[in-house]
Amino acid sequence: MKRLLLLLPLVVFLGVAVFLYRGLFLDPSELPSALIGKPLPAFSLPAVQDGKPLTDADLKGKPALVNVWATWCVACRVEHPVLNKLAKLGVTIYGVNYKDDNAAAQKWLVEFHDPYQLNINDARGTLGLDLGVYGAPETFLIDKDGIIRHKFVGVIDERVWREQLAPLYQALVDEAQP
Amino acid sequence: MKRLLSAAVLGLALLGTAQAAIDTYEFASEAERERYRNLVEELRCPKCQNQNIADSDAPIAMDLRAQIFRMLEEGQSNEQIIDFLVSRYGDFVLYKPPVTARTLLLWYGPAGLLAGGFVLLGGILLRRRSKPGVIASGLSADEQQRLAALLNQTPVDKKD
Repeated sequence: MKRLLLLLPLVVFLGVAVFLYRGLFLDPSELPSALIGKPLPAFSLPAVQDGKPLTDADLKGKPALVNVWATWCVACRVEHPVLNKLAKLGVTIYGVNYKDDNAAAQKWLVEFHDPYQLNINDARGTLGLDLGVYGAPETFLIDKDGIIRHKFVGVIDERVWREQLAPLYQALVDEAQP
Repeated sequence: MKRLLSAAVLGLALLGTAQAAIDTYEFASEAERERYRNLVEELRCPKCQNQNIADSDAPIAMDLRAQIFRMLEEGQSNEQIIDFLVSRYGDFVLYKPPVTARTLLLWYGPAGLLAGGFVLLGGILLRRRSKPGVIASGLSADEQQRLAALLNQTPVDKKD
């Protein structure tokens, strides 16, 4: 018994070492969304292209990406070609044009091609606030009932899509089929 | 060196006032201004994670300050405002995390360790005090008796 007690400091040391070692590989800037598993917040905002009113009901029906973007966001320019490619592959993408100038947004969509099925003009950032957006680009994965299932912060490039988002999206598509 | 330091401190102090002056809000009362200041100082900016939303000049921090001001004007309580932000940005925005199963260790871990240390220390002290002889020599009661007997004999031996 006494002998075993001598091992106690070693055990404590190992415990702390494992704990700290794990900490080396955690990303402290990773911020889990508070909205996972919750429905899209209700909104009523105009569309970017024609000003037609859109509500959260318009985004329901099939699994989709909801991409928060803006023309002032430099990283969105990098992401845009990837979204174009995904749209071509048949992925449903909705846009939230976050705190942007609508004319500039329209120009961007003409110049760089428009991958969005619908594009919400959130000029004052109210929907962005309800979504817990703190920068752009951010992308939400919603299921066919409009429930937020995943959030990705940052630029979606081919690798991110292939390794992280595509499997999740595919799962939602499979889930939507009866 | 000292002069340089005081210049730096002064510069930092001025920076604070300059930043605080970016938003100009008109408060209905001094109490409301105080509530606003407390709120923006205890809420964390989601974008620049080591700053509160009072100090950060990220666009999102500006929006959140405006939102908090708006909610204060509408007469909402501090709890309502904090709930509003937590439901959107998560517990992350709180510099003072709530006590939940996940944060129990964080909240009570240090106190628990301290208490554990005292219990251990108390145990050791108590054991030492209650049976000093046994601890010191490691002899059983029988052996102690023999030892005492041997010690009592010594003066007799010396006489010889």
